[in-house]
Amino acid sequence: MADVKDKTEQWFYSETVKEHFLKPKNIATDDKMIERMRPNGEGEVGSPACGDVMKMWIRVEGERIKKCLWRTFGCASAIASTSMLSVMVTENGGMNLLDAEKLAPKDILKRLGGLPQVKIHCSVLGDQALRAAIRDYRGRAK
Amino acid sequence: MSQATVAGAGWKNEDGKMRTIYMDNAATTKLDSEVLKAMLPFLKSEYGNPSSMHALGIRAKNAVSASRRRVAEILGCGEEEIIFTGSGTESDNLAVLGYARKRGKGHVITTKIEHHAVLDAVKRLEKGGFGATYLDVDIDGLIDLKQLEAEIRPDTILVSVIYANNEVGTVQDIAAIARLCRKMGVVLHTDACQATNYLDIDVGRLGVDMMTLNGSKIYGPKGVGVLYKNKKYDIEPIVYGGGQEFGLRSGTENVANIVGFSKALEMVQLHKDKETGRVRELRDYLTDGLLKIEETRLNGHRTSRLANNVNVSFLNVEGESLILLLNEDGVCCSTGSACTSASLEPSHVIVALGLAHELGHSSVRFTLGKDTTRQDLDFVIQQTRKHVERLRRISPLKKTMEEVLS
Repeated sequence: MADVKDKTEQWFYSETVKEHFLKPKNIATDDKMIERMRPNGEGEVGSPACGDVMKMWIRVEGERIKKCLWRTFGCASAIASTSMLSVMVTENGGMNLLDAEKLAPKDILKRLGGLPQVKIHCSVLGDQALRAAIRDYRGRAK
Repeated sequence: MSQATVAGAGWKNEDGKMRTIYMDNAATTKLDSEVLKAMLPFLKSEYGNPSSMHALGIRAKNAVSASRRRVAEILGCGEEEIIFTGSGTESDNLAVLGYARKRGKGHVITTKIEHHAVLDAVKRLEKGGFGATYLDVDIDGLIDLKQLEAEIRPDTILVSVIYANNEVGTVQDIAAIARLCRKMGVVLHTDACQATNYLDIDVGRLGVDMMTLNGSKIYGPKGVGVLYKNKKYDIEPIVYGGGQEFGLRSGTENVANIVGFSKALEMVQLHKDKETGRVRELRDYLTDGLLKIEETRLNGHRTSRLANNVNVSFLNVEGESLILLLNEDGVCCSTGSACTSASLEPSHVIVALGLAHELGHSSVRFTLGKDTTRQDLDFVIQQTRKHVERLRRISPLKKTMEEVLS
Protein backbone atom coordinates (compact mmCIF):
# COMPACT_ATOMS: atom_id res chain seq x y z
CA MET A 1 0.00 0.00 0.00
CA ALA A 2 1.36 3.32 -1.04
CA ASP A 3 0.68 5.36 2.04
CA VAL A 4 1.94 8.91 2.32
CA LYS A 5 4.72 8.19 4.74
CA ASP A 6 6.06 5.50 2.47
CA LYS A 7 6.07 7.88 -0.48
CA THR A 8 7.85 10.65 1.37
CA GLU A 9 10.62 8.31 2.34
CA GLN A 10 11.17 7.37 -1.29
CA TRP A 11 11.47 10.92 -2.52
CA PHE A 12 14.49 13.18 -2.38
CA TYR A 13 12.50 16.42 -2.16
CA SER A 14 9.50 17.78 -0.27
CA GLU A 15 5.99 16.72 -1.27
CA THR A 16 5.28 20.18 -2.72
CA VAL A 17 8.40 20.01 -4.85
CA LYS A 18 7.40 16.60 -6.04
CA GLU A 19 3.91 17.75 -6.94
CA HIS A 20 5.18 20.73 -8.92
CA PHE A 21 7.82 18.59 -10.63
CA LEU A 22 5.43 15.85 -11.67
CA LYS A 23 2.60 18.21 -12.61
CA PRO A 24 4.18 21.58 -13.34
CA LYS A 25 1.78 24.51 -13.61
CA ASN A 26 1.74 26.96 -16.52
CA ILE A 27 4.20 24.98 -18.56
CA ALA A 28 4.12 25.51 -22.32
CA THR A 29 3.76 21.97 -23.59
CA ASP A 30 2.98 23.20 -27.10
CA ASP A 31 3.48 26.36 -29.10
CA LYS A 32 -0.27 26.99 -29.48
CA MET A 33 -0.53 27.71 -25.77
CA ILE A 34 2.01 30.49 -26.18
CA GLU A 35 0.18 31.93 -29.21
CA ARG A 36 -3.12 31.86 -27.37
CA MET A 37 -1.85 33.79 -24.36
CA ARG A 38 -0.60 36.62 -26.64
CA PRO A 39 2.57 37.30 -24.64
CA ASN A 40 3.80 40.89 -24.44
CA GLY A 41 7.08 40.01 -22.76
CA GLU A 42 9.53 37.14 -22.97
CA GLY A 43 12.90 36.29 -21.43
CA GLU A 44 15.45 33.49 -21.61
CA VAL A 45 18.36 32.88 -19.24
CA GLY A 46 20.96 30.19 -18.53
CA SER A 47 23.06 28.10 -20.83
CA PRO A 48 22.95 24.44 -21.72
CA ALA A 49 26.61 24.10 -20.76
CA CYS A 50 25.71 25.05 -17.19
CA GLY A 51 22.91 22.54 -17.21
CA ASP A 52 19.91 24.84 -17.02
CA VAL A 53 18.03 26.97 -19.54
CA MET A 54 14.82 28.79 -18.72
CA LYS A 55 12.46 30.59 -21.05
CA MET A 56 9.44 32.55 -19.87
CA TRP A 57 6.51 34.35 -21.54
CA ILE A 58 4.26 36.82 -19.73
CA ARG A 59 1.02 38.62 -20.54
CA VAL A 60 0.85 41.92 -18.70
CA GLU A 61 -2.37 43.90 -18.40
CA GLY A 62 -2.66 47.06 -16.31
CA GLU A 63 0.82 46.51 -14.83
CA ARG A 64 -0.24 43.11 -13.52
CA ILE A 65 0.96 39.71 -14.75
CA LYS A 66 -2.19 38.02 -15.95
CA LYS A 67 -0.58 35.00 -17.57
CA CYS A 68 2.80 33.32 -17.37
CA LEU A 69 4.09 30.36 -19.35
CA TRP A 70 7.55 28.80 -19.31
CA ARG A 71 9.82 26.09 -20.62
CA THR A 72 12.98 24.63 -19.17
CA PHE A 73 15.91 22.37 -19.75
CA GLY A 74 16.46 21.84 -16.07
CA CYS A 75 16.39 19.48 -13.16
CA ALA A 76 13.47 18.68 -10.87
CA SER A 77 14.30 21.64 -8.61
CA ALA A 78 14.33 24.06 -11.52
CA ILE A 79 11.02 22.71 -12.80
CA ALA A 80 9.33 22.79 -9.40
CA SER A 81 10.57 26.25 -8.45
CA THR A 82 9.57 27.80 -11.75
CA SER A 83 6.18 26.13 -11.57
CA MET A 84 5.70 27.65 -8.12
CA LEU A 85 6.97 31.03 -9.32
CA SER A 86 4.45 31.01 -12.18
CA VAL A 87 1.66 30.31 -9.69
CA MET A 88 2.82 33.08 -7.36
CA VAL A 89 2.93 35.77 -10.04
CA THR A 90 -0.47 34.95 -11.55
CA GLU A 91 -2.56 34.13 -8.46
CA ASN A 92 -5.04 36.63 -6.92
CA GLY A 93 -5.55 38.59 -10.11
CA GLY A 94 -1.87 38.77 -10.93
CA MET A 95 1.15 40.27 -9.21
CA ASN A 96 2.02 43.83 -10.10
CA LEU A 97 5.30 44.29 -11.92
CA LEU A 98 7.10 46.12 -9.13
CA ASP A 99 6.46 43.27 -6.69
CA ALA A 100 7.24 40.65 -9.31
CA GLU A 101 10.63 42.22 -9.97
CA LYS A 102 11.44 41.95 -6.27
CA LEU A 103 10.64 38.23 -6.07
CA ALA A 104 13.68 36.37 -4.77
CA PRO A 105 14.55 32.66 -4.74
CA LYS A 106 13.96 32.59 -0.98
CA ASP A 107 10.31 33.55 -1.50
CA ILE A 108 9.86 30.63 -3.85
CA LEU A 109 11.74 28.25 -1.57
CA LYS A 110 9.46 29.22 1.29
CA ARG A 111 6.38 28.23 -0.70
CA LEU A 112 8.07 25.01 -1.85
CA GLY A 113 8.90 23.92 1.66
CA GLY A 114 12.62 24.17 0.98
CA LEU A 115 15.14 22.46 -1.24
CA PRO A 116 18.30 20.54 -0.37
CA GLN A 117 21.21 22.98 0.05
CA VAL A 118 23.01 21.78 -3.09
CA LYS A 119 19.92 22.35 -5.20
CA ILE A 120 19.20 25.93 -4.23
CA HIS A 121 21.20 27.27 -7.17
CA CYS A 122 18.72 25.47 -9.44
CA SER A 123 15.89 27.68 -8.24
CA VAL A 124 17.37 31.02 -9.29
CA LEU A 125 16.74 30.77 -13.02
CA GLY A 126 13.00 31.24 -12.82
CA ASP A 127 13.09 34.68 -11.24
CA GLN A 128 15.92 35.72 -13.54
CA ALA A 129 13.83 34.70 -16.56
CA LEU A 130 10.87 36.57 -15.10
CA ARG A 131 12.91 39.77 -14.71
CA ALA A 132 14.17 39.36 -18.27
CA ALA A 133 10.57 39.02 -19.47
CA ILE A 134 9.51 42.13 -17.54
CA ARG A 135 12.42 44.07 -19.03
CA ASP A 136 11.34 42.90 -22.45
CA TYR A 137 7.75 44.01 -21.76
CA ARG A 138 8.92 47.46 -20.67
CA GLY A 139 11.16 47.73 -23.71
CA ARG A 140 8.23 46.92 -25.98
CA ALA A 141 5.91 49.34 -24.18
CA LYS A 142 8.20 52.29 -24.86
CA MET B 1 8.47 -12.02 -13.68
CA SER B 2 5.45 -13.70 -15.23
CA GLN B 3 3.28 -12.67 -12.31
CA ALA B 4 3.69 -8.97 -13.05
CA THR B 5 1.58 -6.80 -15.30
CA VAL B 6 1.96 -3.29 -16.62
CA ALA B 7 -0.62 -1.15 -14.91
CA GLY B 8 -0.58 2.61 -15.29
CA ALA B 9 2.72 3.95 -14.11
CA GLY B 10 4.99 1.12 -13.13
CA TRP B 11 4.99 -2.62 -13.06
CA LYS B 12 2.69 -4.01 -10.45
CA ASN B 13 3.31 -7.33 -8.82
CA GLU B 14 0.43 -9.63 -7.93
CA ASP B 15 0.19 -8.07 -4.49
CA GLY B 16 -0.45 -4.67 -6.12
CA LYS B 17 2.88 -3.22 -5.07
CA MET B 18 4.99 -1.46 -7.62
CA ARG B 19 7.81 -3.59 -8.89
CA THR B 20 11.23 -2.03 -8.50
CA ILE B 21 13.30 -2.33 -11.64
CA TYR B 22 16.80 -1.89 -10.34
CA MET B 23 19.06 -0.60 -13.08
CA ASP B 24 21.77 0.90 -10.89
CA ASN B 25 24.01 -2.09 -10.29
CA ALA B 26 27.12 0.03 -10.85
CA ALA B 27 26.16 2.02 -7.76
CA THR B 28 25.63 -1.07 -5.67
CA THR B 29 24.12 -4.53 -5.93
CA LYS B 30 21.52 -6.44 -3.98
CA LEU B 31 22.93 -8.76 -1.34
CA ASP B 32 22.67 -12.35 -2.57
CA SER B 33 20.62 -14.55 -0.25
CA GLU B 34 23.30 -17.27 -0.23
CA VAL B 35 25.82 -14.65 0.78
CA LEU B 36 23.60 -13.46 3.60
CA LYS B 37 23.22 -17.05 4.76
CA ALA B 38 27.00 -17.47 4.89
CA MET B 39 27.35 -14.22 6.84
CA LEU B 40 24.60 -14.70 9.40
CA PRO B 41 26.46 -16.92 11.91
CA PHE B 42 29.14 -14.24 12.16
CA LEU B 43 26.53 -11.59 12.91
CA LYS B 44 25.03 -13.79 15.62
CA SER B 45 26.74 -16.55 17.57
CA GLU B 46 30.20 -16.42 15.96
CA TYR B 47 31.16 -13.01 17.26
CA GLY B 48 34.74 -13.73 18.25
CA ASN B 49 37.70 -11.50 17.52
CA PRO B 50 40.11 -13.30 15.19
CA SER B 51 43.01 -12.09 17.34
CA SER B 52 41.70 -13.88 20.45
CA MET B 53 43.19 -17.20 21.55
CA HIS B 54 39.99 -18.87 22.72
CA ALA B 55 37.65 -21.06 20.71
CA LEU B 56 35.41 -18.24 19.47
CA GLY B 57 38.43 -16.26 18.34
CA ILE B 58 39.98 -19.22 16.59
CA ARG B 59 36.76 -19.98 14.74
CA ALA B 60 36.58 -16.36 13.60
CA LYS B 61 40.21 -16.46 12.54
CA ASN B 62 39.60 -19.66 10.61
CA ALA B 63 36.66 -18.08 8.82
CA VAL B 64 38.83 -15.13 7.76
CA SER B 65 41.62 -17.46 6.65
CA ALA B 66 39.28 -19.65 4.64
CA SER B 67 37.82 -16.53 2.98
CA ARG B 68 41.28 -15.24 2.14
CA ARG B 69 42.23 -18.63 0.67
CA ARG B 70 39.09 -18.66 -1.46
CA VAL B 71 39.68 -15.14 -2.79
CA ALA B 72 43.34 -15.92 -3.50
CA GLU B 73 42.37 -19.05 -5.43
CA ILE B 74 39.96 -17.08 -7.59
CA LEU B 75 42.45 -14.30 -8.29
CA GLY B 76 45.28 -16.80 -8.80
CA CYS B 77 47.58 -15.35 -6.17
CA GLY B 78 49.03 -16.12 -2.75
CA GLU B 79 46.95 -15.76 0.41
CA GLU B 80 49.47 -13.27 1.77
CA GLU B 81 48.67 -11.08 -1.22
CA ILE B 82 45.03 -10.53 -0.24
CA ILE B 83 44.29 -7.60 2.07
CA PHE B 84 40.73 -7.14 3.31
CA THR B 85 39.75 -3.49 3.66
CA GLY B 86 36.60 -1.52 4.42
CA SER B 87 35.64 -0.57 0.85
CA GLY B 88 36.75 -0.26 -2.75
CA THR B 89 37.64 3.33 -1.99
CA GLU B 90 39.90 2.27 0.86
CA SER B 91 41.60 -0.34 -1.34
CA ASP B 92 42.25 2.29 -4.02
CA ASN B 93 43.61 4.71 -1.42
CA LEU B 94 45.81 2.03 0.14
CA ALA B 95 47.24 1.05 -3.24
CA VAL B 96 47.95 4.57 -4.47
CA LEU B 97 48.92 6.31 -1.22
CA GLY B 98 50.51 3.24 0.34
CA TYR B 99 52.72 2.42 -2.61
CA ALA B 100 53.79 6.02 -3.25
CA ARG B 101 54.44 6.93 0.39
CA LYS B 102 56.61 3.85 0.86
CA ARG B 103 58.82 5.24 -1.93
CA GLY B 104 58.71 8.79 -0.58
CA LYS B 105 58.92 10.55 -3.91
CA GLY B 106 58.35 10.04 -7.60
CA HIS B 107 55.81 10.35 -10.36
CA VAL B 108 52.42 8.67 -10.66
CA ILE B 109 50.37 8.18 -13.81
CA THR B 110 46.62 7.71 -13.87
CA THR B 111 43.73 8.57 -16.20
CA LYS B 112 41.18 11.35 -16.39
CA ILE B 113 38.34 8.84 -16.07
CA GLU B 114 39.34 7.17 -12.81
CA HIS B 115 36.96 6.85 -9.92
CA HIS B 116 37.46 9.66 -7.42
CA ALA B 117 38.92 7.12 -5.00
CA VAL B 118 42.02 7.01 -7.21
CA LEU B 119 41.81 10.51 -8.67
CA ASP B 120 41.63 12.28 -5.33
CA ALA B 121 44.33 10.06 -3.81
CA VAL B 122 46.67 11.03 -6.66
CA LYS B 123 45.75 14.70 -6.18
CA ARG B 124 46.64 14.33 -2.52
CA LEU B 125 50.04 12.90 -3.50
CA GLU B 126 50.62 15.91 -5.74
CA LYS B 127 50.11 18.18 -2.73
CA GLY B 128 52.74 16.12 -0.94
CA GLY B 129 55.32 16.76 -3.64
CA PHE B 130 54.78 13.80 -5.95
CA GLY B 131 54.50 14.34 -9.69
CA ALA B 132 51.34 13.22 -11.46
CA THR B 133 50.10 12.80 -15.01
CA TYR B 134 46.46 12.27 -15.91
CA LEU B 135 46.15 10.42 -19.20
CA ASP B 136 43.63 11.55 -21.78
CA VAL B 137 41.10 9.15 -23.21
CA ASP B 138 39.61 9.11 -26.70
CA ILE B 139 35.93 9.82 -27.36
CA ASP B 140 35.09 6.20 -26.49
CA GLY B 141 37.01 6.32 -23.22
CA LEU B 142 40.09 4.31 -24.17
CA ILE B 143 43.57 5.39 -23.15
CA ASP B 144 46.35 5.46 -25.74
CA LEU B 145 49.17 3.02 -24.94
CA LYS B 146 51.61 5.18 -26.87
CA GLN B 147 50.74 8.17 -24.70
CA LEU B 148 51.19 6.03 -21.61
CA GLU B 149 54.60 4.87 -22.81
CA ALA B 150 55.62 8.45 -23.60
CA GLU B 151 54.56 9.67 -20.16
CA ILE B 152 56.54 7.07 -18.21
CA ARG B 153 59.61 8.87 -16.86
CA PRO B 154 62.66 7.53 -15.06
CA ASP B 155 61.07 8.59 -11.76
CA THR B 156 57.64 7.08 -12.51
CA ILE B 157 56.80 4.66 -9.73
CA LEU B 158 53.16 3.76 -10.27
CA VAL B 159 50.49 3.58 -12.93
CA SER B 160 46.82 3.24 -11.95
CA VAL B 161 44.21 2.57 -14.64
CA ILE B 162 40.57 1.67 -14.07
CA TYR B 163 39.77 -1.74 -15.60
CA ALA B 164 36.16 -0.94 -16.56
CA ASN B 165 34.84 2.57 -16.11
CA ASN B 166 31.93 2.88 -13.70
CA GLU B 167 30.07 5.56 -15.66
CA VAL B 168 30.45 4.75 -19.35
CA GLY B 169 31.54 1.11 -19.07
CA THR B 170 34.60 1.34 -21.30
CA VAL B 171 36.96 -1.59 -20.70
CA GLN B 172 40.70 -0.93 -20.98
CA ASP B 173 43.11 -3.53 -22.32
CA ILE B 174 44.62 -4.11 -18.88
CA ALA B 175 46.80 -7.03 -20.02
CA ALA B 176 48.45 -4.86 -22.68
CA ILE B 177 48.87 -1.99 -20.20
CA ALA B 178 50.43 -4.46 -17.74
CA ARG B 179 52.89 -5.74 -20.36
CA LEU B 180 53.96 -2.18 -21.09
CA CYS B 181 54.34 -1.32 -17.40
CA ARG B 182 56.38 -4.45 -16.78
CA LYS B 183 58.63 -3.67 -19.75
CA MET B 184 59.17 -0.15 -18.39
CA GLY B 185 59.68 -1.39 -14.83
CA VAL B 186 56.66 0.42 -13.36
CA VAL B 187 54.09 -1.05 -10.98
CA LEU B 188 50.47 -1.21 -12.19
CA HIS B 189 47.36 -0.92 -10.03
CA THR B 190 43.90 -1.39 -11.45
CA ASP B 191 40.50 -0.64 -9.96
CA ALA B 192 38.48 -3.70 -10.96
CA CYS B 193 35.36 -2.93 -8.89
CA GLN B 194 33.04 -2.83 -11.91
CA ALA B 195 34.95 -5.49 -13.85
CA THR B 196 34.72 -8.27 -11.26
CA ASN B 197 31.36 -9.66 -12.31
CA TYR B 198 32.02 -9.85 -16.04
CA LEU B 199 35.74 -9.88 -16.85
CA ASP B 200 38.85 -11.95 -16.21
CA ILE B 201 40.25 -11.11 -12.77
CA ASP B 202 43.13 -13.61 -12.71
CA VAL B 203 46.03 -11.40 -11.66
CA GLY B 204 48.58 -13.68 -13.31
CA ARG B 205 46.88 -13.58 -16.67
CA LEU B 206 46.29 -9.84 -16.39
CA GLY B 207 49.80 -9.13 -15.15
CA VAL B 208 48.73 -6.46 -12.67
CA ASP B 209 50.65 -5.80 -9.45
CA MET B 210 47.77 -4.42 -7.40
CA MET B 211 44.03 -4.74 -7.92
CA THR B 212 41.00 -3.34 -6.08
CA LEU B 213 37.73 -5.24 -5.59
CA ASN B 214 34.56 -4.15 -3.78
CA GLY B 215 32.01 -6.36 -2.02
CA SER B 216 29.07 -4.08 -2.68
CA LYS B 217 29.36 -4.42 -6.47
CA ILE B 218 29.34 -8.23 -6.51
CA TYR B 219 26.08 -8.97 -4.67
CA GLY B 220 28.08 -9.02 -1.46
CA PRO B 221 27.89 -6.78 1.61
CA LYS B 222 28.75 -3.09 1.69
CA GLY B 223 31.71 -2.06 3.79
CA VAL B 224 34.27 -4.57 2.57
CA GLY B 225 36.87 -4.39 -0.16
CA VAL B 226 39.96 -6.29 -1.18
CA LEU B 227 43.33 -5.11 -2.33
CA TYR B 228 45.43 -7.68 -4.13
CA LYS B 229 49.08 -6.69 -3.77
CA ASN B 230 51.98 -8.58 -5.32
CA LYS B 231 54.17 -9.69 -2.40
CA LYS B 232 57.27 -8.39 -4.20
CA TYR B 233 56.25 -4.84 -3.36
CA ASP B 234 55.99 -3.23 0.05
CA ILE B 235 53.46 -0.57 0.79
CA GLU B 236 52.82 1.73 3.70
CA PRO B 237 49.58 1.34 5.65
CA ILE B 238 47.08 4.18 5.78
CA VAL B 239 45.46 2.86 8.98
CA TYR B 240 47.60 2.07 12.04
CA GLY B 241 46.88 -0.01 15.10
CA GLY B 242 46.72 -3.69 15.99
CA GLY B 243 48.56 -4.86 12.91
CA GLN B 244 45.82 -6.94 11.32
CA GLU B 245 45.99 -7.81 7.60
CA PHE B 246 49.79 -8.20 7.59
CA GLY B 247 50.13 -4.85 9.30
CA LEU B 248 48.57 -3.12 6.30
CA ARG B 249 45.06 -2.60 7.60
CA SER B 250 44.72 -2.42 11.33
CA GLY B 251 41.35 -2.78 12.98
CA THR B 252 39.39 -5.83 14.10
CA GLU B 253 38.46 -7.83 11.03
CA ASN B 254 34.86 -7.46 9.87
CA VAL B 255 34.45 -11.22 9.87
CA ALA B 256 30.87 -11.36 8.55
CA ASN B 257 31.69 -9.00 5.69
CA ILE B 258 34.88 -10.85 4.83
CA VAL B 259 33.02 -14.16 4.76
CA GLY B 260 30.30 -12.50 2.67
CA PHE B 261 32.83 -11.07 0.27
CA SER B 262 34.46 -14.42 -0.44
CA LYS B 263 31.09 -16.11 -0.86
CA ALA B 264 29.90 -13.39 -3.23
CA LEU B 265 33.08 -13.56 -5.28
CA GLU B 266 32.84 -17.31 -5.45
CA MET B 267 29.26 -17.16 -6.75
CA VAL B 268 30.00 -14.45 -9.27
CA GLN B 269 32.96 -16.43 -10.55
CA LEU B 270 30.94 -19.62 -10.79
CA HIS B 271 28.27 -18.05 -13.00
CA LYS B 272 30.46 -15.54 -14.79
CA ASP B 273 30.57 -16.95 -18.32
CA LYS B 274 26.89 -17.69 -18.58
CA GLU B 275 25.75 -14.53 -16.83
CA THR B 276 28.05 -12.30 -18.89
CA GLY B 277 26.54 -13.63 -22.11
CA ARG B 278 23.01 -13.23 -20.83
CA VAL B 279 23.52 -9.70 -19.54
CA ARG B 280 25.41 -8.60 -22.63
CA GLU B 281 22.51 -9.66 -24.82
CA LEU B 282 20.12 -7.68 -22.61
CA ARG B 283 22.46 -4.70 -22.68
CA ASP B 284 22.41 -4.67 -26.47
CA TYR B 285 18.65 -5.03 -26.49
CA LEU B 286 18.26 -2.02 -24.18
CA THR B 287 20.83 0.01 -26.12
CA ASP B 288 19.09 -0.63 -29.43
CA GLY B 289 15.72 0.22 -27.92
CA LEU B 290 16.91 3.51 -26.41
CA LEU B 291 18.85 4.58 -29.48
CA LYS B 292 15.65 4.30 -31.51
CA ILE B 293 14.56 7.44 -29.67
CA GLU B 294 15.67 10.42 -31.77
CA GLU B 295 18.72 12.53 -30.95
CA THR B 296 20.34 10.04 -28.60
CA ARG B 297 23.89 8.86 -28.26
CA LEU B 298 25.55 5.89 -26.62
CA ASN B 299 28.44 7.11 -24.46
CA GLY B 300 31.48 4.89 -24.02
CA HIS B 301 32.93 2.24 -26.27
CA ARG B 302 30.43 0.19 -28.22
CA THR B 303 32.22 -3.16 -28.01
CA SER B 304 35.06 -2.83 -25.50
CA ARG B 305 32.38 -2.32 -22.93
CA LEU B 306 31.17 -3.77 -19.67
CA ALA B 307 28.43 -6.35 -20.27
CA ASN B 308 25.97 -4.55 -18.00
CA ASN B 309 26.49 -0.86 -18.83
CA VAL B 310 24.27 1.34 -20.98
CA ASN B 311 24.99 5.08 -20.88
CA VAL B 312 22.88 7.19 -23.20
CA SER B 313 22.52 10.94 -23.66
CA PHE B 314 19.03 12.15 -24.54
CA LEU B 315 19.69 15.51 -26.13
CA ASN B 316 17.75 18.54 -24.78
CA VAL B 317 16.59 16.50 -21.79
CA GLU B 318 18.02 17.19 -18.36
CA GLY B 319 19.20 13.93 -16.81
CA GLU B 320 17.97 14.43 -13.26
CA SER B 321 14.44 15.18 -14.40
CA LEU B 322 14.43 12.03 -16.47
CA ILE B 323 15.68 9.75 -13.70
CA LEU B 324 13.18 11.19 -11.23
CA LEU B 325 10.33 10.53 -13.65
CA LEU B 326 11.60 6.98 -14.13
CA ASN B 327 11.79 6.67 -10.35
CA GLU B 328 8.04 7.29 -10.29
CA ASP B 329 7.73 4.17 -12.46
CA GLY B 330 9.85 2.14 -10.07
CA VAL B 331 12.89 2.30 -12.34
CA CYS B 332 16.18 3.06 -10.57
CA CYS B 333 19.02 4.52 -12.64
CA SER B 334 21.46 7.43 -12.44
CA THR B 335 22.72 10.45 -14.35
CA GLY B 336 25.95 12.29 -15.10
CA SER B 337 24.13 15.60 -14.88
CA ALA B 338 25.62 18.35 -12.75
CA CYS B 339 22.38 18.53 -10.89
CA THR B 340 23.18 15.44 -8.86
CA SER B 341 26.46 16.92 -7.71
CA ALA B 342 27.32 19.90 -5.57
CA SER B 343 29.22 21.49 -8.45
CA LEU B 344 27.78 22.85 -11.65
CA GLU B 345 30.06 20.57 -13.63
CA PRO B 346 28.70 17.48 -15.32
CA SER B 347 30.45 14.14 -14.83
CA HIS B 348 34.25 14.37 -15.15
CA VAL B 349 34.14 11.20 -17.22
CA ILE B 350 31.80 12.60 -19.89
CA VAL B 351 33.89 15.77 -19.97
CA ALA B 352 37.10 13.72 -20.36
CA LEU B 353 35.61 11.97 -23.38
CA GLY B 354 35.63 15.40 -25.02
CA LEU B 355 31.84 15.49 -25.28
CA ALA B 356 29.89 18.74 -25.01
CA HIS B 357 28.56 19.60 -21.54
CA GLU B 358 25.04 19.26 -22.92
CA LEU B 359 25.67 15.54 -23.40
CA GLY B 360 26.83 15.18 -19.82
CA HIS B 361 23.79 16.95 -18.42
CA SER B 362 21.53 14.72 -20.49
CA SER B 363 23.29 11.41 -19.83
CA VAL B 364 21.56 8.56 -18.05
CA ARG B 365 23.25 5.35 -16.93
CA PHE B 366 21.39 2.06 -16.76
CA THR B 367 23.43 -0.77 -15.24
CA LEU B 368 21.92 -4.22 -15.47
CA GLY B 369 22.27 -7.09 -13.05
CA LYS B 370 21.36 -10.66 -12.41
CA ASP B 371 17.68 -9.86 -11.79
CA THR B 372 17.23 -7.90 -15.02
CA THR B 373 14.77 -9.43 -17.50
CA ARG B 374 13.85 -8.57 -21.06
CA GLN B 375 10.34 -7.71 -19.92
CA ASP B 376 11.82 -5.13 -17.54
CA LEU B 377 13.71 -3.60 -20.43
CA ASP B 378 10.63 -3.33 -22.62
CA PHE B 379 9.02 -1.33 -19.84
CA VAL B 380 12.11 0.81 -19.31
CA ILE B 381 12.35 1.59 -23.03
CA GLN B 382 8.66 2.44 -23.25
CA GLN B 383 8.69 4.74 -20.21
CA THR B 384 11.97 6.39 -21.14
CA ARG B 385 10.60 7.23 -24.57
CA LYS B 386 7.45 8.68 -23.03
CA HIS B 387 9.33 10.85 -20.53
CA VAL B 388 11.94 11.99 -23.05
CA GLU B 389 9.20 13.12 -25.42
CA ARG B 390 7.45 15.00 -22.65
CA LEU B 391 10.62 16.66 -21.34
CA ARG B 392 11.55 17.66 -24.88
CA ARG B 393 8.20 19.32 -25.36
CA ILE B 394 8.87 21.52 -22.36
CA SER B 395 12.53 22.15 -23.19
CA PRO B 396 13.48 25.48 -24.77
CA LEU B 397 16.47 23.72 -26.32
CA LYS B 398 16.01 22.29 -29.77
CA LYS B 399 19.55 21.24 -30.54
CA THR B 400 20.51 18.40 -32.84
CA MET B 401 23.17 15.81 -32.20
CA GLU B 402 24.98 17.07 -35.29
CA GLU B 403 25.31 20.57 -33.78
CA VAL B 404 26.44 19.27 -30.40
CA LEU B 405 28.99 16.82 -31.75
CA SER B 406 30.57 19.19 -34.27
